[in-house]
Amino acid sequence: MKGCLFNIDSGYLEGLCRGFKCGILKQADYLNLVQCETLEDLKLHLQGTDYGAFLANEPSPLAVSTIDNKLREKLVIEFQHMRNQAVEPLSTFLDFITYSYMIDNIILLITGTLHQRPIGELIPKCHPLGSFEQMEAIHVASTPAELYNAVLVDTPLAPFFVDCISEQDLDEMNIEIIRNTLYKAYLEAFYAFCKEIGGTTADCMCENLAFEADRRAIIITINSFGTELSKDDRAKLYPRCGKLNPDGLAALVRAEDYEQVKAVAEYYAEYSKLFEGAGSNPGDKTLEDKFFEHEVRLNVHAFLQQFHFGVFYSYLKLKEQECRNIVWIAECVAQKHRAKIDNYIPIF
Amino acid sequence: MRYTLIYTASVLTTTVITILTLYYVLTGKGEQISLAWFLNGVTPYMWASTGIGLAVALSVVGAAGGIHTTGVSIVGAGVKTPRIKTKNLISIIFCEAVAIYGLITAIVLCGLFQQINPLKMSEKYWATNQMGSHIIFGAGVAVGFVNLFCGLCVGVVGSGAAIADAANASLFVKILIVEIFGSAIGLFGLIVGVYL
Repeated sequence: MKGCLFNIDSGYLEGLCRGFKCGILKQADYLNLVQCETLEDLKLHLQGTDYGAFLANEPSPLAVSTIDNKLREKLVIEFQHMRNQAVEPLSTFLDFITYSYMIDNIILLITGTLHQRPIGELIPKCHPLGSFEQMEAIHVASTPAELYNAVLVDTPLAPFFVDCISEQDLDEMNIEIIRNTLYKAYLEAFYAFCKEIGGTTADCMCENLAFEADRRAIIITINSFGTELSKDDRAKLYPRCGKLNPDGLAALVRAEDYEQVKAVAEYYAEYSKLFEGAGSNPGDKTLEDKFFEHEVRLNVHAFLQQFHFGVFYSYLKLKEQECRNIVWIAECVAQKHRAKIDNYIPIF
Repeated sequence: MRYTLIYTASVLTTTVITILTLYYVLTGKGEQISLAWFLNGVTPYMWASTGIGLAVALSVVGAAGGIHTTGVSIVGAGVKTPRIKTKNLISIIFCEAVAIYGLITAIVLCGLFQQINPLKMSEKYWATNQMGSHIIFGAGVAVGFVNLFCGLCVGVVGSGAAIADAANASLFVKILIVEIFGSAIGLFGLIVGVYL
């Protein structure tokens, strides 16, 4: 029954999304790309894949940043097409996905404004999926509090500001702390929304979001060693919707070095596996790489079930990972430093 | 929008039933309404017609739901993989077959439907007619509901088949086998209906 009810509103878009997913590069394509000698070769190989002639109009010599921009542009076009055709509740779901890019854009604009950069230089650097109407108006405000009252209160991100940051805090807080606090509020709101939708969407998305929450908690902890971030402040930045809540998070607050973080992860089967192979020796994968691999695996699993919204989220994340992979390979090729060219994360 | 409609409909139904019940109970006519009154009072025509109507109506609803589910997925998956569109019409044909089962049953049942005059017959003849009408009703309802669920089932499987075919062409035939089993359920209903 639920299949028929799902297909009424979102069947076409799910079929379309799965069609896009079939175009994600496979292992054979990556093997071809890794053997390229120049960026022109890379462009030729990409023409044979789903990307087609997306680099056709670029003047040579090709730069890696151009490739990066073009890849992202293609992804944005596909996502916008799906968003334009979506109805409730899929449209809210897709909007939630864009909020994370909006947070990044706002932080970028605030930092740029604080360093007196002209707004015209900052807007092109923003991620297109996270654009919103009031972006141009951000430079009008001179203090963050004024910024909130005048500009941000009309954006969809206003509830995330309200939950955790008051007007006085905005003035005093470090910009990275603002970013992490916003992201925490966003993740928890997204998790609650998916739980409310229920069914297969909740099963699939809550897995992904729980992992994202835990990953952020671990990364925040590791990055805060050696900085003046107090333990209480650190505790306020952990998203509460993951598997580490509440015991793991409490243990992470008390952790003082990498070994203690690893000990906390030992209690959770999936995360202890991630810490095992990671290390800083050459030839080892870093912890970040292991997190990416796990995320890719979770996202690929989303496609095993039909009639849920998780496919849209997973498709976006996998495409982003593919962009990162292609840019990594392109950088290695451009700099002729082929030692680590195989360090991309294979998807299929 | 859907919820306001459903809410209004249910509130209205409950009010009407409450009012009617209270009327009958309070005026002492409550004992008139009983199952025997209902079964005797309703003419055989009504039972038979309802059965035939339900047979064709529910089958068509099932088939329509199934075709919609499959069709939407074929359209979506066909954007990136246009080769699937002709092969996947087979799934739609399976759904359509379900509607045809319902139609056949209705036509067969209509053939058994004859005019009777209730005043000029013996008690035994009347009883046989009653039974006949109930059987037609039963057959119609059986075929109708079976085809409803069969159509929806084939639709959901067909949608999966379309998407799988877009990803990997060799999967289509294997999923078709699942659809054939689903269609077999509809056939069971038809057999029962005709047998009755």
